[in-house]
Amino acid sequence: MTTLASGTVKDTGPVTGASVKRARMISRPLQYLALVLYMIFLGFPLLFLLTTAFKTSRELQSPNPGFLPTSFDLQNFVQAIEKANLFTAAGNSLIVAVCTTVLVTLIALPAAYALARFRTKLRGIATGWILLSQVFPFILIIIPLFLVLKNIGLINNLAGLVLVYTVWSLPFALWMLQGYIVGIPVELEEAGAMDGASRFRTLRTIVLPLLAPGLVATSLFTFINSWNEFFFALVLIQDPSLQTLPLALARFVGAEGQVQLGQLAAASLLATIPSLVFFLLIQKRLTSGLLSGAVKG
Amino acid sequence: MTATIAPPAATAPRPPRRRRRRAGGPAGGSGRDAWLLVLPALIPIVIFSVYPLVQGILLGFTDARAGYNLPINFNGIDNYTKLGGNTLFWNSFGIGLLWAFSVTILQFLASLGLALLLNLNLRLRWLARTLALVPWAMPPVIIAIMWRLMLNPSYGPINQGMRALGLPGDINWLGNASIALPAVIVVGVWAGMPQTTITLLAGLQSVPTELHEAAAIDGANAWRRFWHVTLPALRPVIVAITTLDLIWNFNSFALVFVLTAGGPGGTTMLPMLFAYNEAFRYGNFGYAAAMGNVMVVVIAIFLFLYLRGQMRSRNA
Repeated sequence: MTTLASGTVKDTGPVTGASVKRARMISRPLQYLALVLYMIFLGFPLLFLLTTAFKTSRELQSPNPGFLPTSFDLQNFVQAIEKANLFTAAGNSLIVAVCTTVLVTLIALPAAYALARFRTKLRGIATGWILLSQVFPFILIIIPLFLVLKNIGLINNLAGLVLVYTVWSLPFALWMLQGYIVGIPVELEEAGAMDGASRFRTLRTIVLPLLAPGLVATSLFTFINSWNEFFFALVLIQDPSLQTLPLALARFVGAEGQVQLGQLAAASLLATIPSLVFFLLIQKRLTSGLLSGAVKG
Repeated sequence: MTATIAPPAATAPRPPRRRRRRAGGPAGGSGRDAWLLVLPALIPIVIFSVYPLVQGILLGFTDARAGYNLPINFNGIDNYTKLGGNTLFWNSFGIGLLWAFSVTILQFLASLGLALLLNLNLRLRWLARTLALVPWAMPPVIIAIMWRLMLNPSYGPINQGMRALGLPGDINWLGNASIALPAVIVVGVWAGMPQTTITLLAGLQSVPTELHEAAAIDGANAWRRFWHVTLPALRPVIVAITTLDLIWNFNSFALVFVLTAGGPGGTTMLPMLFAYNEAFRYGNFGYAAAMGNVMVVVIAIFLFLYLRGQMRSRNA
């Protein structure tokens, strides 16, 4: 599945006969038309968010605002940062996402290795748990979790959020990582062992460098998920000075008036940038890693 | 994490036998080593997700309420008899099913179309592919904010476009009880397309070219090749991704919470929103957990019927 992105150039049909060519003369324009329609559906809202962020409040209130902003106005960004307390929220989000990512990576790495390399019942149990955890609505988990965290004083506490995110990112991080480890030929490790290297040394000098790209992808994906998460944060954080970015933005929506649309767009744009950048960095590896099993299995 | 951003990893339940090595692992470790390595992950998962989950299911049979030191008593099926007569909840349930099925089906059709196009050698394919992936990276809250701008009655480009075409351009998309749900469903489709598209695209790329060639030589046209070659080959992937989409959509929260908060007049009150309000607005923990239990049972029944139907038609 590594070909997913760059793509083996594969046409659906064979290239035989004049009738096929004629059919293609008709179907190609239609295919391009469909592709353009898809791109409008997917891309236009993004473009609109972008242009709104740069519009002045007068433009936003005019009965017939143009699509493009008349000037490159950064006023919205400045005001959004002041009003929505974006810096504090971004700081909180950053702390939570980074701590979660570090914890998840440290805990998941040895466990993923065990899942990938040892023949135990763990594998089945882990798979079962990952699937099961998808089916149950979070309302069932959040109520007892809320009670547990309240008892140990971790409500309204970023550490509590880190704990919850870590636990809920783990199954998936484990799954991704063990997939990457399975992809590293076990013979390399055996060769290392045969040459007299210790287990730890084999892992550090042979496995880890090969695993690095997968490890980065897993970590960044964990980061993105924590950065974007809303439901747990909504329930567990009430103190405005502790709220994460999605919470701050959701509260900002309530205060929305026509004038504030620009600020809302600007704030949203700023909050999306980190996850978007990370996502584009890892997307090839992510999609190939996730899907290899589904397709080849 | 939340259902909407949950990873599609579960589409990839690798058959365990494929990778099973001889017992003991590579450099001669033992089962005990494996447990030792897994322990740091196992302990937090058991304490903070398995235990709460079991606890949550049990809470559904109690009268637990928010507040300090209130006694919690088991009350058997009281919550469920009470739920039976709660028309608001069943309304919300119906809305949830309508939402989950509509979004899943539309998402599947739209994604299949896009995946087929992306699998062709078209120009600008890279751009379409990147655009299709972006919603995956965006926080659901921001997707909702973006669409609130799009659907804004006076400023939004959709109404402006309709005005330009001479159509009634003053529709309050999210505020009108009869259009809010369809509008929200479109946003749901937009938000969930990446995972579905990428999964289907990967499936398409694994369909052997030889099959197509053979069918073409036998005189099958493009449509028949799609119907008799591509679709059957794609079937396991389709079943996996639509199953997951259905679960995620039924359990989704953030998107609609920010878009409409369940309004207007409860017409977009998904079951998750309903249960959230019950638990954290009114403090009825036990009752809300009971709703969660009903949701699990219903989604499990649908999954069972769907997967069994798929099995049967495959064996037929």
